[in-house]
Amino acid sequence: MEHIELFFKSIFVDNMVFAYFLGMCSYLAVSKKVSTAVGLGAAVIFVLAITVPLNWLLDQYLLQEGALTWLGPEYADYDLSFLSFIMFIATIATMVQLVEIIVEKFSPSLYNSLGIFLPLIAVNCAILGGSLFMQSREIGTLGLAFNYGISSGIGWFLAILAIAAIREKIRYSAVPAPLRGLGITFIITGLMAIGFMSFGGMLTGGDEEAPAKEKTAEIEVIKEDVKQDEANIKTVLSVADNTNK
Amino acid sequence: MGVLSKKDSKLISDPLLDNNPITIQVLGICSALAITAQLKPSIVMAISVMFVMGAGNVVISLMRNIIPSKIRIIAQLIVVAALVIIVDQVLKAYAYSLSKELSVFIGLIITNCIIMGRFEAFALANGPWRSFLDGIGNAMGYGLILVIVGFFRELLGSGTLFGFKVMGDPVEKTGLFALGYENNGFMVLPPMALIVVGLIIWIQRSRNKALIED
Repeated sequence: MEHIELFFKSIFVDNMVFAYFLGMCSYLAVSKKVSTAVGLGAAVIFVLAITVPLNWLLDQYLLQEGALTWLGPEYADYDLSFLSFIMFIATIATMVQLVEIIVEKFSPSLYNSLGIFLPLIAVNCAILGGSLFMQSREIGTLGLAFNYGISSGIGWFLAILAIAAIREKIRYSAVPAPLRGLGITFIITGLMAIGFMSFGGMLTGGDEEAPAKEKTAEIEVIKEDVKQDEANIKTVLSVADNTNK
Repeated sequence: MGVLSKKDSKLISDPLLDNNPITIQVLGICSALAITAQLKPSIVMAISVMFVMGAGNVVISLMRNIIPSKIRIIAQLIVVAALVIIVDQVLKAYAYSLSKELSVFIGLIITNCIIMGRFEAFALANGPWRSFLDGIGNAMGYGLILVIVGFFRELLGSGTLFGFKVMGDPVEKTGLFALGYENNGFMVLPPMALIVVGLIIWIQRSRNKALIED
């Protein structure tokens, strides 16, 4: 139950892009076409799924106050948490490099689709943000950390996919010239974020629900999300139309 | 400016408007928006970024001939991370409640794209003094947008500036509230930051037609 709750919470309620604006730079820069957006989104899920559990281990056994007790009782007082920024970013940068080399060696086709995005990811705030939120929310177990990495990655993926689809469509609408490109993208993202805030109430009634419904719930949620996106597209288009008039 | 040559002062004035990091270069939005619900954290964030960028640009510029180009990203990240740790520790020591409020976003200065972008585009090719000015200029352009967004969101959202009730007291109905004015609670929510920045871009591009994208 804990896993499922965390999963949906990180995708919809605490969505990386819409609730915390993480990874906005690449979100805005790489969302002109759906195909590239899918590539980058997949790479983000992949790297988050690796780095969050890894940084969780570092945090538990190296950085937290009292984490060094496994070395001996005299180390119990050490608190290295001020080093966490540098440790996390070093882990992320090396992991990204390592993943790039491994993928290139063993799966050239995957490398061709993901490869160009991997260097971009080392400096993506969503990746470091994932690790920092994992630390500040004190996620309990390795499994939960892995779950958190994957699900927040999926949240980011959904966001960039939706904005890329909207941007492909919006090319055919008459946006006022000064708003074209960046300006309208900001406003669309704002409207989508307002839409995503409605997911906030999704987890409040968690206790009464039977756990057997989880799978259908997931599908329904995805459907709902698609509807949400369609509704967003419509609002945006009508906004564009109105401003045009 | 007397101290600076014309070319140098351009390094500072350019990023404020015509080449603003947020609205034109589209860098560093990640950490910019989440903390602008009030003016005070926006200003603290702007100052922190200014310190990290000024110092980081100088350090990278001094090391530009030593860093092997293959591992330069990691080298740059380590420099920024070290500087951000300093900022974080100083804030924790002297402004603890504010540092709690900014939570992970101080740490996210590390991956702020402006910093990496300026390292790559400027500090790796220029001397320390010019890099320093470039860093300060870009951080000021970034801070300017942060302060504008923070100003409007706090003023319209909570009716205060720096916590002072400039619009009157909403409970005792003084000032503007006596006339039936209400705070727009929407401005405090995160999505409005995006929309406010979108509007700033709109205004800026209608004034300067050269910036319009096709």
